Amino acid sequence: MKLDSKVPSGPIEKRWEKHKFDMKLVNPANKRKFKILVVGSGLAGGSAASTLAELGYDVHCFCVQDSPRRAHSIAAQGGINAAKNYQNDGDSVYRLFYDTVKGGDFRSRESNVYRLAQVSVNIIDQCVAQGVPFAREYGGLLANRSFGGAQVSRTFYARGQTGQQLLLGAYSGLNRMIDEGKVKMHTRTEMLDIVLVDGHARGIITRDLVSGEIKRWAADAVVLASGGYGNVFYLSTNAKNSNVTAAFRAYKRGAGFANPCFTQIHPTCIPVSGGFQSKLTLMSESLRNDGRVWVPRDKARVTDPPKSIPEEERNYYLEERYPSFGNLVPRDVASRAAKKVCDDGFGVAQHEVDGKRNAVYLDFSAAIKRDGRDAIADKYGNLFEMYERITGESPYETPMRIYPAVHYTMGGLWVDYNLMSNLPGLHVLGEANFSDHGANRLGASALMQGLADGYFVIPYTIGNYLATEHAGPVTESHPAFEAAESEVRTKTQKLLALSGTTPVDQFHRELGKIMWDYCGMARTAEGLNKALELIPALRERFWKEATVPGNADELNPWLEYAGRVADFMEYAEMMVRDALERDESCGGHFREEHQSEEGEAVRRDDTFAHASVWEYQGEGEKPKLHKEPMKFEYVKLTTRSYK
Amino acid sequence: MKIKLNVWRQSGPKDSGGLKSYDIEVTEHMSFLEMFDVLNEQLLKNPSKHPEGPVAFDHDCREGICGMCSMVIDGVPHGPNKATTTCQLHMRSYKDGDEITVEPFRAKAFPVLRDLIVDRDSFDRIQQAGGYISVRTGAAPDANAIAIGKADADDAFDYAACIGCGACVAACPNASAMLFVGAKVSHLAKVPQGQVERTQRVLRMVDTMDGEGFGGCTNHGECEASCPKAISLDAIAMLNSELARAAISSAK
Repeated sequence: MKLDSKVPSGPIEKRWEKHKFDMKLVNPANKRKFKILVVGSGLAGGSAASTLAELGYDVHCFCVQDSPRRAHSIAAQGGINAAKNYQNDGDSVYRLFYDTVKGGDFRSRESNVYRLAQVSVNIIDQCVAQGVPFAREYGGLLANRSFGGAQVSRTFYARGQTGQQLLLGAYSGLNRMIDEGKVKMHTRTEMLDIVLVDGHARGIITRDLVSGEIKRWAADAVVLASGGYGNVFYLSTNAKNSNVTAAFRAYKRGAGFANPCFTQIHPTCIPVSGGFQSKLTLMSESLRNDGRVWVPRDKARVTDPPKSIPEEERNYYLEERYPSFGNLVPRDVASRAAKKVCDDGFGVAQHEVDGKRNAVYLDFSAAIKRDGRDAIADKYGNLFEMYERITGESPYETPMRIYPAVHYTMGGLWVDYNLMSNLPGLHVLGEANFSDHGANRLGASALMQGLADGYFVIPYTIGNYLATEHAGPVTESHPAFEAAESEVRTKTQKLLALSGTTPVDQFHRELGKIMWDYCGMARTAEGLNKALELIPALRERFWKEATVPGNADELNPWLEYAGRVADFMEYAEMMVRDALERDESCGGHFREEHQSEEGEAVRRDDTFAHASVWEYQGEGEKPKLHKEPMKFEYVKLTTRSYK
Repeated sequence: MKIKLNVWRQSGPKDSGGLKSYDIEVTEHMSFLEMFDVLNEQLLKNPSKHPEGPVAFDHDCREGICGMCSMVIDGVPHGPNKATTTCQLHMRSYKDGDEITVEPFRAKAFPVLRDLIVDRDSFDRIQQAGGYISVRTGAAPDANAIAIGKADADDAFDYAACIGCGACVAACPNASAMLFVGAKVSHLAKVPQGQVERTQRVLRMVDTMDGEGFGGCTNHGECEASCPKAISLDAIAMLNSELARAAISSAK
C-alpha cells in the first residue's frame, strides 16, 4: 500500500490556492458524461451530491433511511465553528487551525486542517444564503458562542438544533438538484460492496431495503460519506442505523483504515439507567458555557439532594484543576476527569451500575440567578426539555446528571489531501475519513468538516481525478460486478441461514460491553489483549447461535442489522489491535501506562507521531500496519495544557 | 409493570393486516421503543409460538430529531405526551395493567410497507417541488451582509424545526399535509433570502401536495396537537395567505 498524502508544497496559507490552480479541470460539456455515486446523505454526502450535480456531473445518491433528511448529522446540537471573527475577539483562520491541531493532540495532518479553517468562513455564507435560521442578535447580525478547547467565540448555532438546520439546508440544496433531474436519489438503499476494476473504484453493489433487490451500479467515481463507527460500542449517541459497513467493505477491498482506535467519548450525556438501554443521549457541550460541573466533596453525601449540599462542600473539579479553561476544557479532558471522580467514589447517579454511581452534576443555578430563567431558556430551552423528557427531572430546578458516552470517531478510511483513499476513484468525506481531527475532535468541528468536504473540497478534487487518472468507461456487465454481486448474495444467504435462538441484538450488546470495558475511556495492554481473545470467541458464537428471521426478498430489518453487527464484530478486532499497537496516550486514546503524575495523557512523539493505517490481509489474518508520518511545521509539538 | 400491547401486524403492502395482542413486562425507565425491543426479543426467541415474527418499525436517532419513528398510539400519533416523539415517550407515562394499541400512520399518501412502517416519499416529493432557495455553492455573499431581525429569525426557526415525521397527516381526519407544507413555506417566506422564489414556491408545493393525495384542511387542529415539535396552526394560516398572495400576483 502506497500512502502518498499529495500535500502541496509552499507556505501553508497558499497551499490550497496553489493546489486549486494546479489541478486539472473537466470541461463543462464533459461533466455530464461522468457518473458519480455518493453513499450517504448527511452533511458531507448531501452537500457533495448537490454541489457535484450543480457542476454538471451525473450524480446518484444513496441512503439507508427513508429520506435523506434523516441522516444522523441531524442530531448535532451545539454548533459549527468558523473563523469569521465577527466578535472581534482575536479569532483568525490561523487560530482556528492552531486550536484544531492542538485539540487533536498533534495527530492530524496540518495542511488538511489549515484548509478546513480557510473554507470554514464560506460555509457560514453558504448556509445563511440557503435560509438556515442561525441565532441572531437584536441588531440582526449573527450571534456566536464559545465551545470547548477555544478561548474565542466562533461557534454559530441554531438553538440546540444546529445539525438539524444545517442538514435541512444541505437537503434543500439536494432537493433542488433532484427537482432539476441532476441527482437521482435512492432512499432505503444500502451499499453492500464496492467494485474495483483495474484497481480503480468503479461502482457499488446495493440492496434495496424494501424489495430486497440486489443491484449493480457502475460509475466513474465513488464518494463514501457513510459516517462513523461509534455503534461498535452498542451504547453510543449515534443513531441506531449508523454503522461501519460501507467503510468496512471498502477496507476489505483494499482501502487503508487509519487510526481506528481514535474514539471520542463525549463528557455530557445522560447516564445509563438500566440493562434494556438502547442508546445514549447527548446533552450539547454548549451547556458547559453556563453549567458548572461538580460532585460533593464528601463521599457520604453523594445520594443527598444536590440543593442540600452547601457551596463549600462542592468540588468544582474542572474549575479547580484547569483555571484558564474551566468547564470548557476539551472533551477528552472533561470525560477523563468525570471518570476519575466517579471511580474514586464521588459519582452521583441515582442508580448503581456495577457498584458505581456513574454521573456528575451539571448545575445551572448560578447562570439562572445571573441571567434569569428566560435568558437560559432561550439558549438551552429545547435541551432542558429533552433532558426532562428522558429523566423526569427539570434542569431549571435541579442540576443535570451527566456522564461521558461514545459520540464520534476520529479514525476512518485513510485519504490524501484530495480526500481520495489509496484506491483511485474512491473518495471519502466527513466522519468516514480520518484526516482532520487527529486523536480528539473539538466541539462544533464535525459539522464544519462535513460541509467543508462536501461543499468546498470534493467538487475541486474529484475533477482532477477524472481528468488525470480515470480510465475509460465500464459497464455493469464487467466480471468484477458479477463477482461482487455473487459475494453479496452468498453473504446474505449465510446470514439468513442463522437459525439459533439468540437475537442479534444480544451479541451486539456483548460486543459493546467488551469494547467499553477494554477499549473505552481508559485502555491497558492487559485489557486490550483480553479483548483480542474475547472478540473472536464472541464472533464464533454469533455464527453458531444467532437467529435471523425472514427472507432476502422483503423488507427485513433483522437481516440488515445482522449484516452490520457481523461487520462490527470483525471491525472491533482491528480497533483493539490499533489501540494496543499505539503504546502512548493521545487525545481520546488513553493508555493507563502513559500518564503524568496528575493523570494527564502523555504522548510519545518520537515513536507515534504518525497515522496508523491498516491493510486487510484476508479472513482471519492479522492486518498489515503502514504508517504516514505526521509532520508539524507550524504548530509546535508541545504538551497540551488547559490549565 | 405489566402491559398488554395490541400491535398492528401486516406482512407486506398486499396483506390486509390486523391487530395482535402481546403481554409484556416493562420498567418505568424504558422508552416506548425499548419496550418494542424487548417484545421483539421475546418474539425472536420463540418462533414456533410466534410464526408472525418480530414487529417491523421505523426508528433511528431515538432522541426526537430525525423524524423516522412513527406509530399511532391509542389513536394518537406519537402517543399521549405533548411535543414528544414516540422515541422520547417513556413508560413512566403508563401504569401497571395498561392496555396500549399501536398502529401505523394511516393516510392514502403513506402506504403501509410492513407492520408499523409506512412509505413517506410523498413528503420528499413536496420538498423537491421548490421547498428550497436556489443558491449555487460558492455564490453566497458574506453571511452578515443581510441583517435579519431577531424576531423574524426566531419565527423562521420555529417553522424550520419541523422534523418531517408525518404525524400531522396521521392525526388529521382529512389526512391533510398543510401543517407540514405550511411550515416550510412559512420558514422561507420569513427570511429575506426566500423572497425571490416566494410566489412560485408556494404554488408548486401546494400543487404537488394535492397531487400526492393529501386532503384539505378543515380546521380541526389535530395536527398542531400531535406535532412533536409543537409547530403552530399559524403555519396553515400563513400558507393560506401565501397562496392567496401568490394567486393574485401570478394572475397579474
